[in-house]
Amino acid sequence: MRKTFINTLCSLAEKNNRIWLLSGDLGFSILEQFEQKFPDRYINIGVAEQNMAGIATGIALSGNTVFIYSIANFPIFRCLEQIRNDICYHNADVKIVSVGGGMAYGSAGYSHHGIEDIGVMRLMPNMTVVSPADPVETKLAMTAIARHPGPCYLRLGKSSEPVLHQKQPDFDLSKAIIFREGSDITLAATGSVLKMAIEAAEELKVQGKWAEVISVPVLKPFDAETILKSVHKTGRIITIEEHSVGGLSAVVAESITGIKCRFFPLLLKQPPITVAANQKQLMEMHGLSADSLLRAAKEMLSE
Amino acid sequence: MMTTESLSKKIRISALKMVHRANASHIGSCLSIADILAVLYEKILNINPTQPNWPDRDRFLLSKGHAAAILYAILAEKGFIPLDSLQTYCLNGSALLGHASHKVPGVELSTGSLGHALSVGCGMALVAKRNSQNYRVFVLLSDGELDEGSNWEAILFAAQHNLDNLIAIVDSNKLQGFGTVEQIIRLEPLTDKWISFGWSADIIDGHNHSQIINKLSKLPFEKNKPSVIIANTIKGKGVSFMENKLEWHYKSPNNEQLQTALIELERAANR
Repeated sequence: MRKTFINTLCSLAEKNNRIWLLSGDLGFSILEQFEQKFPDRYINIGVAEQNMAGIATGIALSGNTVFIYSIANFPIFRCLEQIRNDICYHNADVKIVSVGGGMAYGSAGYSHHGIEDIGVMRLMPNMTVVSPADPVETKLAMTAIARHPGPCYLRLGKSSEPVLHQKQPDFDLSKAIIFREGSDITLAATGSVLKMAIEAAEELKVQGKWAEVISVPVLKPFDAETILKSVHKTGRIITIEEHSVGGLSAVVAESITGIKCRFFPLLLKQPPITVAANQKQLMEMHGLSADSLLRAAKEMLSE
Repeated sequence: MMTTESLSKKIRISALKMVHRANASHIGSCLSIADILAVLYEKILNINPTQPNWPDRDRFLLSKGHAAAILYAILAEKGFIPLDSLQTYCLNGSALLGHASHKVPGVELSTGSLGHALSVGCGMALVAKRNSQNYRVFVLLSDGELDEGSNWEAILFAAQHNLDNLIAIVDSNKLQGFGTVEQIIRLEPLTDKWISFGWSADIIDGHNHSQIINKLSKLPFEKNKPSVIIANTIKGKGVSFMENKLEWHYKSPNNEQLQTALIELERAANR
């Protein structure tokens, strides 16, 4: 996803000379092409996220669109007050890009896991929150947020996320994407764990059950309408996300309040994991896996 | 044209009345920067009240946003906002919030939480450099707010990028939340700190108008370096019973105190 991010950003910056990129001294071997092409619109701020968010505000308030780049929780937690008071309150045109959302940095440990980011960014006023599932959505999301005036948070995976969309979906910053239609159960996912939902739908199909798979790349503003329409049809919904409480499960729960349906959130429930493990293993430790999704779906379908 | 001295007295009087009417805090912090603001707005800043968002204007950022009352007072004197709007300060429905608000014409940045404006000012100054624009960015900070580490990130950055169009002014009134800066988190040797971080620094008496004019007319102090002015000030300056008194960070004058203060300021104004 990060390659798609930088390639798309470079092509957007070719056409729009008001696009800037700031790095918090991260993005080695990724960001160099932007710096080479647009040296006057690139700065490595240094290891100083508060300063990066403040400087981005100053550049944006001077008439520019500023992308700030770092990894996992780095570009949002240390500088949360700068995001709230400077970027969001002034509705500054700053796009915060985090690579390695979720637990993509695996064995690097909890300091490098971005698993509360969606929840925190949702609380920020004027903020659009985007979490694409694959390189196709990433490219579409980049184009959309560059056009959208105002603060955005873009949560990306890291490097080897597979392409899930075989054809280009319609992408809009106010819409969820129906990946595959079904009538028995709704599987709504945000980020690269959409893959788990797609695989579970395949398994369920073998057993004669039709899952509707919805990708939710935009968590704020949240497309409750698409979710509600699907839940009215299926009466069952499972949310899947590589995130703690406060993310997709929360926005779905808020929107289905008062609707008679079954709801199960599959998310990161455990306290911080303190042993080394890769991303897949960490997710399994949290109970987030294709197997657990399938089990939950079958249980829900048998009720 | 008004003298900077008479302008500073006018805004002191306005701020006192505003804070009194609203039963608000921070009058001491307002009074300590009255002279600096008067010189900046009368003599130094290249601004136009009929076009507050003119792209080539100088930017002034009040990092110590709690001194908003006196900022609004000078913006009213300079024609950015109506003078009578000052009466609404902090009252229900007013745009004149207790901390500087960007919804008020002439206010570049909403502040209130300390340690934010210098970074934003770095961003604005950098854009001017990269776009070959001539505007300058002035950031007025308190001494106590230099406890915030974010300021030192910005101080490093400004020197690294040769932002000689960025000017920091430290309102060094030596008092902060619970007592003296010296007792709480010592900043001295403050000028040496800025110099060692790559800035060009000077110290002035922040109430001496000719000194303020003199220094602010010689910017940047050195080519390719950001400039900082450490302005030695007195919290509550101009109202003798408020001077150097921590309590006037918090208290609002009662009717009697207001009258005493106004008489003192008006006498000084007529001298």
